[in-house]
Amino acid sequence: MTTPRTLTVALVGNPNTGKSTLFNALSGLRQRVGNYPGVTVELKKGTVRRKDYIWELIDLPGTYSLAPRSPDEMVAVDVLLGRHSHEAAPDVIISIVDATHLERHLYLTTQLFDLGRPVVLAVNMIDLAAAQGLKIDYEVLSQRLGVPVVPIQANKGIGLTELQQAVESAAAKGSPPPPVSFPQPLEQELAQLQACVGEAVPPFLLRRALLDIGGSVENDLVARCGATLRQQLQAARERLSAVQCPIPAVEARTRFGYIRSVLQGVVTAPSQRLRTWTDRADQVLTHRLWGTLIFLILMFLMFQSIFRWARPAMDLIDSGREAVGGAIQSGMAEGPLRSLLVDGVVKGVGAVLIFLPQIVILFGFIAILEDCGYMARAAFLMDRLMSRCGLSGKSFIPLLSSLACAVPGILATRVIENARDRLATILIAPLMSCSARLPVYVLLIGAFLREGYPSWLPGVVLFVMYLIGFTVAPLVAWTLKRTLLRGETPTFVLELPPYRRPQLRLVLRRMYDAGRAFVVRAGTIILASMILVWALLYFPDTDAFGRSYPQRIAEAEAAIEELQKQLPQDPSSSEANSTRRDDHTTAQILAEPRHLMAEWKRQSWLGRVGQWLEPVFQPLGWDWKLGMAVLASFPAREVVVGTLGLIYEVGDVDPAAITEEPSEEGEHEQAAGLMHALRQEWSSDPLRGRYPVAVALSLMVFFALCCQCASTLAVIRRETHSWFWPVFTFVYMTTLAYVAALLTFQLGAALTDCLT
Amino acid sequence: MRPLSAFQRGEYARICQLSGPIGVVQRLYELGLLEGQVVEILGFAPLGDPMEIRLGATRLCLRKADAAGVLAEPYSDSQAHSCS
Repeated sequence: MTTPRTLTVALVGNPNTGKSTLFNALSGLRQRVGNYPGVTVELKKGTVRRKDYIWELIDLPGTYSLAPRSPDEMVAVDVLLGRHSHEAAPDVIISIVDATHLERHLYLTTQLFDLGRPVVLAVNMIDLAAAQGLKIDYEVLSQRLGVPVVPIQANKGIGLTELQQAVESAAAKGSPPPPVSFPQPLEQELAQLQACVGEAVPPFLLRRALLDIGGSVENDLVARCGATLRQQLQAARERLSAVQCPIPAVEARTRFGYIRSVLQGVVTAPSQRLRTWTDRADQVLTHRLWGTLIFLILMFLMFQSIFRWARPAMDLIDSGREAVGGAIQSGMAEGPLRSLLVDGVVKGVGAVLIFLPQIVILFGFIAILEDCGYMARAAFLMDRLMSRCGLSGKSFIPLLSSLACAVPGILATRVIENARDRLATILIAPLMSCSARLPVYVLLIGAFLREGYPSWLPGVVLFVMYLIGFTVAPLVAWTLKRTLLRGETPTFVLELPPYRRPQLRLVLRRMYDAGRAFVVRAGTIILASMILVWALLYFPDTDAFGRSYPQRIAEAEAAIEELQKQLPQDPSSSEANSTRRDDHTTAQILAEPRHLMAEWKRQSWLGRVGQWLEPVFQPLGWDWKLGMAVLASFPAREVVVGTLGLIYEVGDVDPAAITEEPSEEGEHEQAAGLMHALRQEWSSDPLRGRYPVAVALSLMVFFALCCQCASTLAVIRRETHSWFWPVFTFVYMTTLAYVAALLTFQLGAALTDCLT
Repeated sequence: MRPLSAFQRGEYARICQLSGPIGVVQRLYELGLLEGQVVEILGFAPLGDPMEIRLGATRLCLRKADAAGVLAEPYSDSQAHSCS
């Protein structure tokens, strides 16, 4: 028995050629993702185990050509040339093309011929070609191109064995196909340039540098060989232009001319172009009225699915978290460790898992939309709207998803190929008013803008809060695209691929990948930040006399139990109540645990920071309590409600109890109690008593714009592969939120003074 | 000759010349939009931009600003096969 040889195989193709389907069909579940420093591109790698060979299959991002214009696109070229330190140059390149778009897709194939590596051509979707009446002579095609050609149907697994055999025999032979010859003047210029730069520069790169004006290869080589190279390239291009070889047109003319001559007699098409399914579907789906209507319905469904359909699963995770927390609570002795487990770890893990339903559902939607070809139509329909702030139609779905939650929204930016557009979308996604802000809005509106105001006012204020995100996000995008993310305007030339039936396996795979990527990479950061904030709120856990707060609370709770034992079974019997103790003492005993809890949190590290920072919060109309609640909400915005509940001595309020129908009477009462407590406390304060609405609005505006969400920041870190962008997002959003809240309060207060 | 963006829905156009940002021009070439090719104008997005064209079996969407750099002449089957 011989040990199998390792074979590096690269899979290259245009978008919409069925490349992912082929990759999945070849590598099955043995896949992993490779990251590259400095770029957002991820390369999928799979292992194919065969008798004589073990393949390392690399799935390169779908591309129309090997003319890189950004560092992201450069990764593919580097991998193919074996210039990447992690990767050996591929032994064989599989070029996958769509049989119904043979001429156009062969353009990339002929570029691959220049690499000097064996190429195998996989012609996919032979069933569709047959349905359109196309006849292709694969044998002649193979002879003319000088590469093995294998007809396949990747979604049905047809032709895969032949493809594997062709790849392995190509590897054994190791002979590259003949490259397409360019006009003589161009080849001469290349030879002269090669003599100047020396053998160290691969001929492939030099050719690309000459053909791609201002492209990544040119910039790379100029940085390496000196600025004279740029002048030499420029002079060469001018000379070529004078002899009817204008760049870049000459490459397209040469390659397409060659391809047409190769395909002459190889492809027989019906004389009349058949009206395809796609033609008919597009008549409706990109129609001015119907197309827009269907788009809006689809978007509504998608939004509903992440907003509502995910709810049951999220509730299940929530109750699971409570059950586990409860089990630990009752099974362990009181102490920091128990609190760490219950309030830090279990809550943290719950906070990570809670996002999964939304992420998985959204990615199911996106995978279906992309796989069936609708995603490009959505970008087509929405492009005008998004182009006003320097983005493209592809940013629409990620931003819409961010209205439910920025975490799946940011993950969804993967549909945007252009790196700068994608980054801009990631950075503004958290400005969209997500569902976690809702409890904050509802609490404050309920407390300060309901009683004594017209009934339409709460709704209008809520709407304005959402409007803030819609207005600020495009402005920020516009600014970013003109400052930090300035650069060549990305080409928005989009192919609207033929409609196809989505494949369940591909959709499930995308859902699984998205969920896994989130839990593994972002989950750890979320968990760490939850534990950090827990510790800041827990310690120190002793009062000035060294007595432990948890113990004192336990004692106070025991006192309540004692009291309840003394009380008769029926609490409504007032006669019995008054005979035992006076009401005042009873109330004091009942309030003692909440009072102790508030005192504990007040002197915790976070509480101290809150008090120390009070001057910072003052201009916003906040006291240290509000400031501290905002600080404590760093792991997640809705935490602010619970923290306010603790400090205002009404107990830990569940944010869900504020926005939803009460499931348990007690929870709802607590939420109402918090609104009451806020009103009471503020009315006794000279500043907040005078301007309660201005303070409430300032707090709401702050939450509309701030980035108090560790999960969002963790996902930004994960998607941009850098700490800079999450820090940048946090800083810019907090600054924006602070300034806006400041203006809101100051204007609100001035207006109140005017009116009264 | 007029810019591709000035054509109406349903018209056919024969491409005469490509100009504009190098990235756009190169991408259009890569997609097979060469001088002499005939495209069908399929229509415009509901907000008026971008436009959709058909080139052989491929449907492309491009912004009017980019299409403005593509000069073309009206084409019908009866017309001679020359590009003025």
